[in-house]
Amino acid sequence: MTMSGIAFPSPRRRKRKQSGWRGLLYIAPAMALVTMFFVLPVLFTVWMSLHKWPLLGTPAWIGLGNYVRMVSDARFMTALGFTAHYTIIVTIAIFAVAFPLAIFVEKQRPLISVYRTIIFLPVVVGLASASLLWVWLANVDSGLFTPLMQRLGLTNGRINLLATFDAAFLTIIAMVVWKIAGFTMIILVTGLQAIPTELTEAARIDGAGRWQRFRYLTLPLMRRTMALALILSVTGSILAFDQFYIMTSGGPQNRMISVVYYIFNQSFVSFNLGYGAALSIALLAILVAISVVQLWLLKVGEDRP
Amino acid sequence: MRTRSEIRARKATWDRLAYHGIGIGTAFFFLAPFVVTFLSSFRPNSESGTPPLPPWPRSGISFDAYRALDGFGSGIWQHMFNSLVVSIGTVLLTVAVSVLAGYGFSRYRFPFKNVLFVLVIATLMIPFQSILTPLFIILARLGLNNSLFGLMLVYVTLQLPFSVFMMRNAFDAVPKEIEEAARIDGARDLRLLVRVLLPLVMPGIATVSIFAFLNAWNEFFAALVLLSSNDNYTLPVLMTAVRAGRLGAINWGAVQAGVAVMVVPCLIVFLLLQRYYMRGLMAGAVK
Repeated sequence: MTMSGIAFPSPRRRKRKQSGWRGLLYIAPAMALVTMFFVLPVLFTVWMSLHKWPLLGTPAWIGLGNYVRMVSDARFMTALGFTAHYTIIVTIAIFAVAFPLAIFVEKQRPLISVYRTIIFLPVVVGLASASLLWVWLANVDSGLFTPLMQRLGLTNGRINLLATFDAAFLTIIAMVVWKIAGFTMIILVTGLQAIPTELTEAARIDGAGRWQRFRYLTLPLMRRTMALALILSVTGSILAFDQFYIMTSGGPQNRMISVVYYIFNQSFVSFNLGYGAALSIALLAILVAISVVQLWLLKVGEDRP
Repeated sequence: MRTRSEIRARKATWDRLAYHGIGIGTAFFFLAPFVVTFLSSFRPNSESGTPPLPPWPRSGISFDAYRALDGFGSGIWQHMFNSLVVSIGTVLLTVAVSVLAGYGFSRYRFPFKNVLFVLVIATLMIPFQSILTPLFIILARLGLNNSLFGLMLVYVTLQLPFSVFMMRNAFDAVPKEIEEAARIDGARDLRLLVRVLLPLVMPGIATVSIFAFLNAWNEFFAALVLLSSNDNYTLPVLMTAVRAGRLGAINWGAVQAGVAVMVVPCLIVFLLLQRYYMRGLMAGAVK
């Protein structure tokens, strides 16, 4: 090149230039996959949502027609309401179980790693497997819960747990808590262990009781961790599908259709692909909004540590 | 009169009893569903429809439930094979792609590096459930609809944000001096990466592999949508057929056996490689 006359800077410059495209070469496979199976589909979803898009035949441009339809779609609103209801209840339930567990397994004691591992086991199996396992346990004729409760004298006669909305809802909540609590527990433990022991010691010496220490020391210091656990639980619950599909098939009386389930029905059962795409965009907007709230929550946690 | 030390010793004993009491009780609640299912899956046909009280087989161990499971779809071996192919393929591809990308992001400078890295990580914010319809169409255009390879590519993409992040951190942790020494010895580029650096980032690779395996093995929604022919079903999709039953009757023995087949590999992988799994969880949580 032109600078070959200058002895010193030239090899350096050439090396940097070379590493420029070489670096891109290393990340190329990853970028190709992300482009092909992520960026493109996201853009495509937006495009599809502006069309009436049947499985066969040509799509027709209808502008914002799908979005107009969505606003007046009572079944979608029901699905949104149900998903919100489920998300709130299941998140409270998970925290109510995971927080005491986290406090229980936090300290180093004999056998603690065994207890911790066992509590964590359901996390590593699939949600589909867990749903399948629990739908059997909850079955009225061949399951475990109904006869067990009857034998213990807790219920009069046989109760079909999956036949009424309330009982089926409770069963699914119990299954999800069993499956997820260990995960939330581990996240909370990392937060608990990050609290310096000197602080708790100092508070104890100053005469703060157990509850006071928890309320005024542990909870404020856990803010960041709790925000993280909360967001993971909320976003996970909003996307719930497997448990409703496998355990109740959206029943009883189609009252357990979550948003993802409704999108699935519209797109892959009724084949309204365009409308399904518009619903997906709505779901996406909700989740991005929640991610923004997440960042804000984490920031608030940083401001007041 | 009891001495002080006696009282203290007694209190410590009570504390320990209460601690292990709570521990065993909790462990029981989390372990029982697995144990009940495993034991029940070895009951003969005559017992499999009855409540698991007691859960163990009363008239000798039988493989009826597994035989019944084999009668669904294209046979349990075929579907186990499908699940294994997809999971192991996902692991290998994820490791290959994320090692290269992690190395590139850690060691090279190139235009738009930060933008591209953020783009890879940002995909975490968008749930794949919302882009399944276009994925379905794109895979069809590529001739990869209803194919295990197509499903594998989707799973690899889903693993990338976490895996690239992990591998970049792993390479960041390797001292530059090692690389320079190897370079002086004449090792370059891919050879340097494979021979010198790969052994040093093995823990990161283990973490990436476990998460890729478990997620691919357990994934249900994408498999349900993207696979359309019986022969290609992975285990979770096959199980929907078992769950639906035949002529209105559900063979619960087959359900128990199916759960056992799906759950046991996860538990074994986790128990063997727990350390690496937890590392990944912490890395994700701290971030």
